[in-house]
Amino acid sequence: MTEARHERAPGDRPTREMQAWAPSEFLVYTIGLFVALLLTATSFWAANTTLLWPGGVFLGLAVLAIAQMGIHLVFFLHVTTGPESTNNVLALAFGVLIVFVVVAGSMWIMADMNQNMLMPSAGPMNMRMQH
Amino acid sequence: MNIAIAVDDIPQEALTGASEAGPAPKRAVVAYGFWIFLLSDIVMFSALFASYAVLVRSTAGGPTGAQLFNQVTVAIETGCLLVSSYTCGLMSLAINSRRRLGTYSGALITFALGAAFLTLEIREFASMIAIGATPERSAFLSAFFTLVGCHGLHVTLGLIWLVVMMVQVAVMGFVPAVQRRLLCFSLFWHALDIVWVALFTVVYLMGVSP
Repeated sequence: MTEARHERAPGDRPTREMQAWAPSEFLVYTIGLFVALLLTATSFWAANTTLLWPGGVFLGLAVLAIAQMGIHLVFFLHVTTGPESTNNVLALAFGVLIVFVVVAGSMWIMADMNQNMLMPSAGPMNMRMQH
Repeated sequence: MNIAIAVDDIPQEALTGASEAGPAPKRAVVAYGFWIFLLSDIVMFSALFASYAVLVRSTAGGPTGAQLFNQVTVAIETGCLLVSSYTCGLMSLAINSRRRLGTYSGALITFALGAAFLTLEIREFASMIAIGATPERSAFLSAFFTLVGCHGLHVTLGLIWLVVMMVQVAVMGFVPAVQRRLLCFSLFWHALDIVWVALFTVVYLMGVSP
């Protein structure tokens, strides 16, 4: 009983007392493998098909990749919403925030600067660049 | 200090929260520390992803991704890494129930698939360099080799780690310290697979699709 009250180590399965019915661990990994394979195959198909509107393929690929990362986290790394893995999930959420800020921020700023370089306007930024 | 003695006197059943149950088991503390390291590693990868995304069009008249990448190789690499992540999970089940044969065979398959992934990646790099697509050719290729090469380096380190762990299992058996290290290894290996999912989507699929 006291075991279940502690924080669970990341990557460990939830203890059996926490759940009324827990699938066998082998089954969890196998389900994860098949769902991940399905998502991977869909990604490769979407990147190569001509059936889909090309503009939507990028978004679709991004959604499929994020879904697959979620599958890996839940089925392979056993991240749950249970109270015994609060610390793990909070650390993960902070990591995801930093990743998002770095990637989206870099792309946004660099695209904006590219645009300023290509189309000179009377903005203060470009005035400074011309000197 | 009176308080400390008083806490010790409370029967275990009366405790209600994690903070009152005493220090967490060492397995949870060690794995949590490694979890923080993995997240910082992923933040480092995000910087490489960001630089790749910014520089992907800067080919300087050199070859583009669509001309260089071979999707069949990438699909095989992806399959290798995904199945090795699965066998690594099965290995950790064998470790938890202290089955030596299952641990060794799981480690062997994981190592073989990881080595196959690495071989394919090195051959891909060699064939690109052979046709003049070297890292110094363009900013796009610099970013590509840095990002994919950094992941490949992580896989190499993981393979070395796996061999070291199998030697430790053979010599020391399933003592708690070895079990904690094996837990950290499986976290590392699964995290590498998660990075690869982002990598093959951003670099290979988005780079090739029209």
